[in-house]
Amino acid sequence: MITVLYFARLRDTLDCSKETLEYTTSLQTVANVIDLLQARGEPWLSAFKDPQLLIAINQEIANRDSHLQQGDELAFFPPVTGG
Amino acid sequence: MDHIAVQTDDFDFAAEYAALRAAAPAIGAIATFSGLMRDFNSNCETHSSDHVTPADQISHLFLEHYPGMTEKVLQQLVQDARQRWQLQEVRLVHRIGSFLPGDQIVFVGVSSAHRKDAFAACQFLMDILKTQAPFWKKEVTDQGERWVDARDSDSRAAQHWYSAKP
Repeated sequence: MITVLYFARLRDTLDCSKETLEYTTSLQTVANVIDLLQARGEPWLSAFKDPQLLIAINQEIANRDSHLQQGDELAFFPPVTGG
Repeated sequence: MDHIAVQTDDFDFAAEYAALRAAAPAIGAIATFSGLMRDFNSNCETHSSDHVTPADQISHLFLEHYPGMTEKVLQQLVQDARQRWQLQEVRLVHRIGSFLPGDQIVFVGVSSAHRKDAFAACQFLMDILKTQAPFWKKEVTDQGERWVDARDSDSRAAQHWYSAKP
């Protein structure tokens, strides 16, 4: 399983904060997961076209080419605005 | 010693200052920063000059974060500051939840032997926190709710530290 988290504006857009995906050999990279999510159609399709979207794997910043492993926590979120 | 906290509760500036001062007289400088909630629109720089809109009044603010990752990023940030400057105590408190104008959001305090290190580290911690720590603000105005956009000026302030020598 891969746990997928969505935060802030992205969570509101998708109306989803957390889900789990079955880990398969077709989900080797973050890009594979994004393809899977975008195949759901809108609002997923447009939301993941945002070039500013940030990605973290196990709470470390990652990118679309990063590899995934069974049990990983994958998170997607917009640029941060704390402080 | 480092004190890093992400909390809903307000912080007590005097108590934070006293904790920073605990290492005296081995320290000669304390620099602090506290960030407060404004009641005006913060996105003025995104408006083009020929289309000046009056600042929206913000009635309150919600701040959320990525539990777990936030603490990791802040720990790393404090370690980075310690590599660059000679620091004694570092205290970093960031609040989450619901805020009203004037409320305290963030506290950064640094003690050091000399003021130069204390000033620089305090500014570094805030500049990097704003672009790397996973917090997000949502403003509520009479027009409704909106997520705050990241600012280019904050990105430039953070990049400055990586292009300049400490």
